[in-house]
Amino acid sequence: MSEKMDLKAKLGLDVFKPVGQPHIKIRPSMEKDSRLKPAIRLCPSGLYSENENGEVVLATVDGCIECGTCRIACGTEVLEWNYPEGGTGVQFRFG
Amino acid sequence: MDKFDVIIAGAGLAGLGAAYTLAGSGLEVLVLERGDYPGAKNITGGRLYMNPVRDLFPGLFEKAPLERFITHEGITLMAKERSVTLDYSGSELRREPPQSYSVLRVKFDRWLAGQVEEKGIMLLPKTRVEDIIRNNGQITGVVAGGDELRADVVIACDGVLSLISEKAGLRSPGSAHDFAIGIKEVISMDSGVINDRFNLQGNEGAARLFVGEVTRGKFGGGFLYTNRESLSLGLVIGIHDVAGDKTAMKLPVLLEEFKERPEIAPLIKGGSTVEYSAHVIPEGGFKALGSLYGSGILVAGDAAGLALNIGFTVRGMEYALASGCYAARTVLEAKKKGDFSTDTLSVYKRLLDESFVLKDFSNFRKTPAVVSNPRFLSHYPELVGNLMKDIYAVPAGPKERIYPTLRKYLTLGELWAELKDLREVMKI
Repeated sequence: MSEKMDLKAKLGLDVFKPVGQPHIKIRPSMEKDSRLKPAIRLCPSGLYSENENGEVVLATVDGCIECGTCRIACGTEVLEWNYPEGGTGVQFRFG
Repeated sequence: MDKFDVIIAGAGLAGLGAAYTLAGSGLEVLVLERGDYPGAKNITGGRLYMNPVRDLFPGLFEKAPLERFITHEGITLMAKERSVTLDYSGSELRREPPQSYSVLRVKFDRWLAGQVEEKGIMLLPKTRVEDIIRNNGQITGVVAGGDELRADVVIACDGVLSLISEKAGLRSPGSAHDFAIGIKEVISMDSGVINDRFNLQGNEGAARLFVGEVTRGKFGGGFLYTNRESLSLGLVIGIHDVAGDKTAMKLPVLLEEFKERPEIAPLIKGGSTVEYSAHVIPEGGFKALGSLYGSGILVAGDAAGLALNIGFTVRGMEYALASGCYAARTVLEAKKKGDFSTDTLSVYKRLLDESFVLKDFSNFRKTPAVVSNPRFLSHYPELVGNLMKDIYAVPAGPKERIYPTLRKYLTLGELWAELKDLREVMKI
């Protein structure tokens, strides 16, 4: 529980501009594909989780810091992956 | 429809390095950047080495908003309950000109973009490149922000994933073996407190690397860089290593545990985290480099895989600046010939081959295998910690002789294994 709070608080420090269409989506009927599982451990924003049916869920891309790790770890056969549109998404202030 | 001489995709160090080199040439150059401003999507684990790039950009960095010049280098072997640090410092690292500076990319990239714009280069932020335009196999422009923008040549400086080079058929989506993720916090802290804690004076800086338990023996390590009024603290860890281990800890938790280590906690105490960020890092070295050019296109910086980890130094930004510069020089030659075919643009590869960029990658082609040797990442930190423990321990009764104590760990089998590791290290 505290882990999630910490991460939420941390992400709250970053500046985000709303992304129109989600720039990352799990491809249809790929939710149970084992290639998605590593994203649960790797996503620095904790956006991936597993539900009781054993499906990987990406409920939102809000808080995505556009690191690209899920694209490398899971691959484009299971993820539809793009950068958010210009002028949206995370805007770092320090880098 | 707009037509330019050159379109540069991405205002990071490769893109801005290319743009700066092209400024004043009379060519019409457009730099596209998907962030609100240059640097908005860019992060670094830490520092820029000046020697390799000083001559490529004469005088440019003298007024750059760099953070601190690094006078203290530290590497710490982290075992579960102890650590051993090697600290390298002294008057040599304080000599002018400084070898390396810590940097924060937003400040640095915005400044560099300002220099580029002052020289008359057009920079368009908030604009994502969506596709490339081809004509008879030659790349003749990009689709960005819904508009078709044409150019004689496109320089892809769109970062480690380089969707542009993928679209151009110059590379395929990377393998997890060849990439790591860096995850980092910027922790705000008074400059006086930083100086006291890291034994620094004025604008001196410290760089610390941590290997071993911090990544649970997986490929990578921790890093800490002092900035003027903040610390950059984070972890780098192999994507494949975490993906392949179902029991691996979630990365945000691993970072928190790193911060709680007794070696780290007192250094960041009282500081406040002001930013949380992460990024993929190329780690594949020479063998993982993509094609660097094609018909009407050049690829520079992380987009080309130009980052190199040789254990003690982890570099990428110099390669980005330099490859951007050489890409620009290639464009100038191609413009003279009025030809942007693969053949003409192969000059780029030659320039990189002749420079420190590909010489480094070639010389260190064996290092990715060596620095990912699990023995270096878990066995040695524990071994050295054990040796230290027994050397320093003073029991209630008589202390054992040192040599038999050491032999307890350094068995024939261990020495043989070390010899084999050394043979690998000798390839570096």
